[in-house]
Amino acid sequence: MRAKRVTFRHRWLPYALIAPQILITIVFFLWPASQAIYQSLLRQDAFGLRTEFVGLKNFARLFADPRYLDSFITTIVFSTLVTALSMLIALVLAVMADRVLRGALTYRTLLIWPYAVAPAVAGVLWWFLFNPTIGIIAYALDGLGYDWSHYVSGTDAMALIVIAAAWRQVSYNFLFFLAGLQAIPRSLTEAAAIDGAGPVKRFLTIQLPLLSPTVFFLLVVNLVYAFFETFGVVHATTSGGPGNATNILVYKVWRDAFEGLNLGSSAAQSVVLMVIVIALTAIQFRYIERRVEY
Amino acid sequence: MKSYTSIAALAASLAFAASPVLAQTEINFWHAMGGALGEKVEEIAADFNEMQDEYKIVPTYKGNYTENMTAAIAAFRAGEQPHVVQVFEVGTATMMAAQGAVKPVYEVMGNADIEWDADAYLPAVKSYYTTPEGDLLSLPFNSSTPVMWYNKDMLDAAGVEEVPQTWDAMFEAAEKLKANNADCAFSFGWQSWVMVENYLAWHDQPIGTQQNGFAGTDTEFVFNESSDLTELLQRIADSQADGMFKYGGRRGDSLPLFTTGECAMWMNSSAYYAGISEQAEFEFGQAMLPVNTAARDEAQNSIIGGATLWVLEGHDDAEYQGVAEFFNYMSTPEVQADWHQSSGYVPITTAAYELSQEQGFYDEFPGTDTAIKQLSLNEPTENSRGIRFGNFVQIRDIINEELEALWAGDQTANEALDKAADRGNQLLREFQDTNS
Repeated sequence: MRAKRVTFRHRWLPYALIAPQILITIVFFLWPASQAIYQSLLRQDAFGLRTEFVGLKNFARLFADPRYLDSFITTIVFSTLVTALSMLIALVLAVMADRVLRGALTYRTLLIWPYAVAPAVAGVLWWFLFNPTIGIIAYALDGLGYDWSHYVSGTDAMALIVIAAAWRQVSYNFLFFLAGLQAIPRSLTEAAAIDGAGPVKRFLTIQLPLLSPTVFFLLVVNLVYAFFETFGVVHATTSGGPGNATNILVYKVWRDAFEGLNLGSSAAQSVVLMVIVIALTAIQFRYIERRVEY
Repeated sequence: MKSYTSIAALAASLAFAASPVLAQTEINFWHAMGGALGEKVEEIAADFNEMQDEYKIVPTYKGNYTENMTAAIAAFRAGEQPHVVQVFEVGTATMMAAQGAVKPVYEVMGNADIEWDADAYLPAVKSYYTTPEGDLLSLPFNSSTPVMWYNKDMLDAAGVEEVPQTWDAMFEAAEKLKANNADCAFSFGWQSWVMVENYLAWHDQPIGTQQNGFAGTDTEFVFNESSDLTELLQRIADSQADGMFKYGGRRGDSLPLFTTGECAMWMNSSAYYAGISEQAEFEFGQAMLPVNTAARDEAQNSIIGGATLWVLEGHDDAEYQGVAEFFNYMSTPEVQADWHQSSGYVPITTAAYELSQEQGFYDEFPGTDTAIKQLSLNEPTENSRGIRFGNFVQIRDIINEELEALWAGDQTANEALDKAADRGNQLLREFQDTNS
């Protein structure tokens, strides 16, 4: 299928029409990105009084640092857990909400609500709930015989940031899943029901395959979210600790720049992150979009 | 076209009309004091502005210490720096190394047309911020030191008659507390500051070579060489099994452990006075840090934390005159005594301390002079006058990380300190390379 071709009378008109978009891309993406690349090749003191060109030394130092590689693993574990947890819960909720007939709007509104909460606020909220001394969930866990302490246990700390980051994302995923489910013609599921397929069978053989474009889209969006937008959650709850248990890549970038004032290394790390996001986008366009059956 | 000219004329006339107000020299002061402390800072500035009409101090709250410092540095890079910025003690080496960006306080005060006595400041407070020659680089403003907070009700109930003064007594008291079913005996916050930096100063042992970094950036950490510190940290870690020690997180995150009555003793800054008085529903007090008799019989002196005011380059002499006058005003005994008594920070001048004594503040609120007594217990030595390490914000995080692995039982105290020193030294070398 070929898109309909629009012909402009003036040669400059199409360029003028896309100019604002190009300008925004240059100012808000290309320029800062090039600055980051430039900065990543320098060694500079905090005030910018002494600058030295060091080539790829900042990168060499990064990849020689076992803690940076640990941070990669931490990030992968974190992103996988956040994506899996938030998508699974959202899918279950969406399937259930899709079947609800009465009060559907109320359910939907309540489920979408958390998305409006800023990550930092969500972080503080969970921080209070899980505070080992004054938190109500920690208290409940204590009653069940589990001594919750995300200050000492890296596993507890990871669980805390996964829950805090996933909670918010459930709403977003829920919206897309619900829209996807509602786009499936009722006649298909009804016909299957008449043929004797139970709810689980109907879900696995009809709804899920038809949802697959949504699933793949959300997979990439959630990974990107977990990789790059969870700074606020970590900052408000664990600050990367205990040890380095929750020091994910994006948090480390911030910490090295704004606490450590080590701009060269931080810029090098953000260049690495930039490469990752470009790779993720490329994967989404080249492979996933092609393989999914619409 | 015509309308543009008239707008320009209007703007010009407005600027002209506004000029009598602008004749007052504005001094920008960026600080990191939120809440009640921030109001107090505003009050000090307002009082100074009222007192004279040549200068106008404009205080601006820029977030926490880190954010304030980063904001000032970013502003400097953009050529929009404030005159005065409040920087926490661990940022001292970074500020010092920024020659061409900061104007040392002794210079500002010396060049200005005022009478200024550099010896009025308390030695233990001042020594952290002076050059090896004893010249003051930044003006001490809010300084505190770690003390031991105790829950008197819990100690009484467990039959601990005397507040522990040594670490051995701490563990004895801990056993009594546990026998009395206390949840936890003791905890602490800001562990690098309290348990490493202050522990070593308190026992007159070096944290790093080159006089703890005062004598040069080619300093190296030696805190891992103190056998008594290693043994003590191991003993504390082991005591977790008996529920004596409980780790409650970085910075002041462990405060609820104390205020909810879970832990009977808590070592952290004296500046928690206001917070504890507000939250604690039990009788509490503050005492000096315990001494480890395995290392030394008597304590040396503790070192400070908190922040000082730095003057940035790039302004007119007339404006620096205003800065000098404001600094002089802030150092007056009346202003200092008021600040000290309302905040829990230590007074920065001897006169302010004496004034507080005369006013009977310490009789009315016993224990509030613990911090100042600790700081001035002895003449500070090379080991106890403070520390000056570059990249120290990150290094403190490293110490946090390694100690957390100790509390989690993943490594021994020996390993934790060795690793922290090793990783810290790498950052020290990086700082040395960047700033030479």
